[in-house]
Amino acid sequence: MPATADEQMIGRVREIVEAHRGLEGPLLPILHAVQAEYGYVPRDVQPAIADALNLSRAEIHGVVSFYHDFRDHPAGRHVIRICRSEACQSMGGEAAAANLLNKLGLDWHQTSADGAVTVEPVYCLGLCACSPAAIVDGDVYGRLDDETIDEILEEVRA
Amino acid sequence: MTVTIYVPGDSGALALGAAKVAVAIASEANNRDLDIRIVRNGSRGLYWLEPMVEVETASGRVAYGPVRARDVAGLFDAGLAAGSGDHPLALGDPEEIPFLKRQTRLTFARCGIVDPLSLEDYRAHGGIRGLEKALSMSPAEIVAEVTESGLRGRGGAGFPTGIKWKTVLETPGEQKYIVCNADEGDSGTFADRMILEGDPFVLIEGMVIAGLAVGATKGYIYLRSEYPHAIDMTEKAIAIARDANILGPSVLMSGQAFDLEVRVGAGAYVCGEETALLESLEGKRGVVRAKPPLPAHKGLFGRPTVINNLISLASVPIILDKGGAFYKDFGLGRSRGTIPIQIAGNVKHGGLFEDAFGLTLGEIVEDIAGGTESGRPVKAVQVGGPLGAYFPPELFDTPFDYEAFAARDGLIGHAGIVVFDDTVDMLDQARFAFEFCAIESCGKCTPCRIGAVRGVELADSLKQGEAGVGQIDLIRDLCDTMKFGSLCALGGFTPYPVLSALNHFPDDFRREARREAAE
Repeated sequence: MPATADEQMIGRVREIVEAHRGLEGPLLPILHAVQAEYGYVPRDVQPAIADALNLSRAEIHGVVSFYHDFRDHPAGRHVIRICRSEACQSMGGEAAAANLLNKLGLDWHQTSADGAVTVEPVYCLGLCACSPAAIVDGDVYGRLDDETIDEILEEVRA
Repeated sequence: MTVTIYVPGDSGALALGAAKVAVAIASEANNRDLDIRIVRNGSRGLYWLEPMVEVETASGRVAYGPVRARDVAGLFDAGLAAGSGDHPLALGDPEEIPFLKRQTRLTFARCGIVDPLSLEDYRAHGGIRGLEKALSMSPAEIVAEVTESGLRGRGGAGFPTGIKWKTVLETPGEQKYIVCNADEGDSGTFADRMILEGDPFVLIEGMVIAGLAVGATKGYIYLRSEYPHAIDMTEKAIAIARDANILGPSVLMSGQAFDLEVRVGAGAYVCGEETALLESLEGKRGVVRAKPPLPAHKGLFGRPTVINNLISLASVPIILDKGGAFYKDFGLGRSRGTIPIQIAGNVKHGGLFEDAFGLTLGEIVEDIAGGTESGRPVKAVQVGGPLGAYFPPELFDTPFDYEAFAARDGLIGHAGIVVFDDTVDMLDQARFAFEFCAIESCGKCTPCRIGAVRGVELADSLKQGEAGVGQIDLIRDLCDTMKFGSLCALGGFTPYPVLSALNHFPDDFRREARREAAE
């Protein structure tokens, strides 16, 4: 009988755990690798990680839920993260974010109905001397204005 | 002859289009049959001029900026490849730009100048000399040199680095660690990012020296996930350093081992607190530990650990190279050496300004930063990140120095300053301080976990005009509880922005004044 999707995923996660076993304190690198593979940390694979590391399921869940980066459900194909920290606020960051959210018809943490894009807040990208700033799938944008926002929208809708 | 053209790969420059500029330069040169070599350097930290392109000429470098991809053809027409000054974007010798010329660059001596991943460049510009010197010294001598320099923790707490190292040196342990805190989460700060993207070998060298000084053979760089470019550069630099035996089982053939690993955070601001960072490195929730025990005694995995801010560690190579006395000569009082001030927010000239301690806040904001970008008057300057106080222009005579800021109920933190013009509402900023604390609290202690939420509610009720003087007393009372009852600086320092907003800008909190302002 062929393996179900869940079994395949758990098998792959076991491989990821094994690949990181030599590290001291391997849990965060493992979770990053799982999220890089699936876009989130599926609840169903947490027991397998717990087993392999001899930790409790509660401990794994505790770590996954503590950190803002780890998602418990998949994000859109593109993730736009807009900085809401002080340096961006001082240059009209909140208005720029509202403009972008409005054009997408989304609120913070929401994903568009077609699954194309998720918008999340981020607290500082270190681009404070060219604020307001955003990061889209790893590409950075500074001095957000109408033109750059349209550029970002074009990117995620392509 | 091949012409070398520098186009920064720093993420600040990338955010302003540097990648497209590099592509445009390559294709334009190709079309014109020009023989060029593009080097992706770090940033010199003059962000209003980024992307700042530099051309190597017989008489030194010539800069152009801010360059957009659409400017490139015109720049070549005007003779960019020969370093011609006949173009509106021509800036001449970059070292002569006043913002750069006025600085004293020790820690950032190479940043923006060298190819960040070229060890040859690194050595040609004075790199590795500190490490070579350290290898000829005893651990106690290295620690003494760092102590002599007067270097204090650049993360903000200002603890003397030499004393921290001495404690770890004197603590017995089979395995000791060096941990670099590169979880640069404070808004308005980007010095760590610039080093990692512009001169990563200086951090590696500093960490190797720290390892030699205390007898540690393993180091971790805890780097925030919000810095993907810095992570990439650091990992590449570590691999290069390992190939060159700067890292590995025998550092520069000395027989002494030291190796490094990058660990990526996961978006928790509180992991910038050293004990939460250690928990996170161990693979746990980033919950703050009670001190004692100090990390120097029982740190990572319960072992003796030096945990230093990135800028502290990156300042070590020059201290070893030129001597503690040289470094100590800069600065004033108990704040010795230089500090990379990061000027951000609503300013004309934002960027990195490294100088000896002692500039006044007014000099930095009005003179060096050139006032606000919006052209409106400055209302408030937040110094030291989201847990730092807001300073009004009346306090612009405060010198940049650990003690001077503390004396005025502020802190210099990681030396980021964020400038706001007169459109800012300080009640909103106080509310944001509470909100940020509520979002980022690790949850271990009550004053922070619950106090921050109550603070947001109090600020909201003030904003809606539901309450008056009694509410302000409650905010003060709450700040008192958070300040004295929290385990770490997140809950303990959130009162700094709140109370400074309240004390220096009381009108923004008064219902009548708010109504008048609205009318």
